[in-house]
Amino acid sequence: MSVDISVQEHHHEGPDPNFFRRWLTTTNHKDLGSLYLMFSLLMFFIGGTMALVIRAELFQPGLQLVRPEFFNQMTTMHALIMVFGAVMPAFVGLSNWLLPIQLGAPDMALPRLNNWGFWILPFAFSLLLMTLFLPGGAPASGWTMYAPLVMQTGAAFPFMIFAIHLMGISSIMGAINVAATILNLRAPGMTLMKMPLFAWAWLITSFLLVAVMPVLAGAVTMLLTDRYFGTSFFNAAGGGDPVLYQHIFWFFGHPEVYIMILPAFGIVSHIIPTFARKRLFGYASMVYALGAIAFLSFIVWAHHMFTVGMPLAGELFFMFATMLIAVPTGVKVFNWLATMWRGSLSFETPMLFALAFVFLFTIGGFSGLMLAVTPADFQYHDSYFVVAHFHYVLVPGAVFSIMAAVYFWLPKWTGHMYDERLGKLHFWLSTIFVNLTFFPMHFAGLAGMPRRIPDYALQFTTWNEMASIGAFGFGLSQLLFLYIIVKCVRGGEKATAQVWDGADGLEWTLPSPAPYHTFTTPPVVR
Amino acid sequence: MAQPPSSRNARTAIRLLVIAGVMFGFGFALVPLYDVFCDITGLNGRVELAQAAPAASMDDSREVTVEFVANRNQSLPWRFEPVQDRVTVHPGATRTVVFVAENLQDVAITGRAVPSVTPGEASRHLHKVECFCFTEQELAPRERKEMPVTFYLDPDLPASVDTVTLAYTFFDANG
Repeated sequence: MSVDISVQEHHHEGPDPNFFRRWLTTTNHKDLGSLYLMFSLLMFFIGGTMALVIRAELFQPGLQLVRPEFFNQMTTMHALIMVFGAVMPAFVGLSNWLLPIQLGAPDMALPRLNNWGFWILPFAFSLLLMTLFLPGGAPASGWTMYAPLVMQTGAAFPFMIFAIHLMGISSIMGAINVAATILNLRAPGMTLMKMPLFAWAWLITSFLLVAVMPVLAGAVTMLLTDRYFGTSFFNAAGGGDPVLYQHIFWFFGHPEVYIMILPAFGIVSHIIPTFARKRLFGYASMVYALGAIAFLSFIVWAHHMFTVGMPLAGELFFMFATMLIAVPTGVKVFNWLATMWRGSLSFETPMLFALAFVFLFTIGGFSGLMLAVTPADFQYHDSYFVVAHFHYVLVPGAVFSIMAAVYFWLPKWTGHMYDERLGKLHFWLSTIFVNLTFFPMHFAGLAGMPRRIPDYALQFTTWNEMASIGAFGFGLSQLLFLYIIVKCVRGGEKATAQVWDGADGLEWTLPSPAPYHTFTTPPVVR
Repeated sequence: MAQPPSSRNARTAIRLLVIAGVMFGFGFALVPLYDVFCDITGLNGRVELAQAAPAASMDDSREVTVEFVANRNQSLPWRFEPVQDRVTVHPGATRTVVFVAENLQDVAITGRAVPSVTPGEASRHLHKVECFCFTEQELAPRERKEMPVTFYLDPDLPASVDTVTLAYTFFDANG
């Protein structure tokens, strides 16, 4: 991409000197991007601590540390916090930081909405987290909130529902902002098919968010009215149907899992060409694959509920539609591989995380294909095999891509290089421990260990001990991640504008750290 | 650029908000859509309720076993069971069977029975002429009540089906 930067001029007006006024009222995309990312990191540690409670209890069979009810609260809260508090805000934060400087825009399209979208989140998660101290404890029916089980939730019930409503509103506002930025604020000459892939991934993600977050809002609203206003959407005694809840939830839920992975695809599509020092192998096919995956996500939801008693025709349709997803996903994986083929590879920390992403996400993809086979799913359903599957796509998948992105763009954000030696150490610790945590779960699941239960039969002990050791190793390794970020923010070797010699894109034409205001005059992309 | 970016942004935002609003409505629209879908296809074991008189033709050559299952929700303090666990019928023939419910409490309780037919493909072919599940049932304290179901299987029942299970679950109608 050739860029004319001679017309750029940067505003010299900096951030508000008053600390509280700056961070509470900021409409600057870089400030909000940082807020989103810091919030996400905080939630990652809170949700991770809950995961360690789960793994500590599961270290040995029998009940040792926590009551079963509290165990169930931990599994539920861990999932809700990681999905809505860690992964999704991290991607929104990255979109805030990166889209304007990648597209040549002065800021996001709707800066005040942006501020509002972020500041809803602390309230949403305060509502959710305070349920831990309410009578009856936190929600314990799983993040899927299946009726009628969820109706047994104590005083936490309305807190959970309204927290979900707030998270949904925040996500929809973020998505509208991203779509408006990408559609309206691209630099002159940057056509849609010249956009960076991260922007493409986020454009499609934003449409998924706008389409399905309201469906979740509707589902939890129906739960609320069933509980307090005498409706019977999901209450069989009143003529409702609990299975209907599962259909509505997963109509949201399946696109939701792609909301958590499409931006990761975009990130990896930037990092691999940079460190292979080659152009991406097939840009257009990557865009079409993103679109195909997004479309398919709307017609596969019932593969989460093969065992509810669907007719044969339904089971077959959802099985084949699900397997079809492997085609566009395969296009992406082979694209990354072909990009690396005969490239001048170097293995800095972002590249290591991106490579681990490709390899380990693909393992998660393959176990997904196994789960798609309906007759086999009857054995795997609700077992630790499912837990292994979705943690492989979400932890070494989505979370690794976020870490890769942080290492990749941190020099641009802070103006300093991070400590490469510690970054590599963090990578190897994370990768070894993440596999130690989740790989044994495949075996425990295939052998019949059910999920969401605080105790297990003796023959699963060894796999669980390995997983628990891995989980504590992985969790503690993330303290190193925190240290590396703090160290990089506070100082370090000065980063150049280009940062990585293979990097390509508008953000690398800006000085490091990126000034508070950038591209107030749009660059011209030829 | 014909218009200033701010008005274009507002227009994009409003369009996307409209999509979000429509999808919120779509979530609720799934409720009737699901019922319609189940009624048309007979999926989910839904049984069509009031039906006309039985078909004239009776298929003497074929026998189908109909099994009866009686469940009650744990919040309902009743005893509930079929008098006969199973009967054998010819498709087209009308048959009446009896279920018995008994209120185990000293207060009157109203219950509602929700039917389900297995396998799903049989549900469209099992027709009820009379059923206690059509209305709510109130039992006086300690009352024991016999409740008849009159049904027939239509001769179009797929040949692969030789056993049909009719299950009822009684719920406390007051939740």
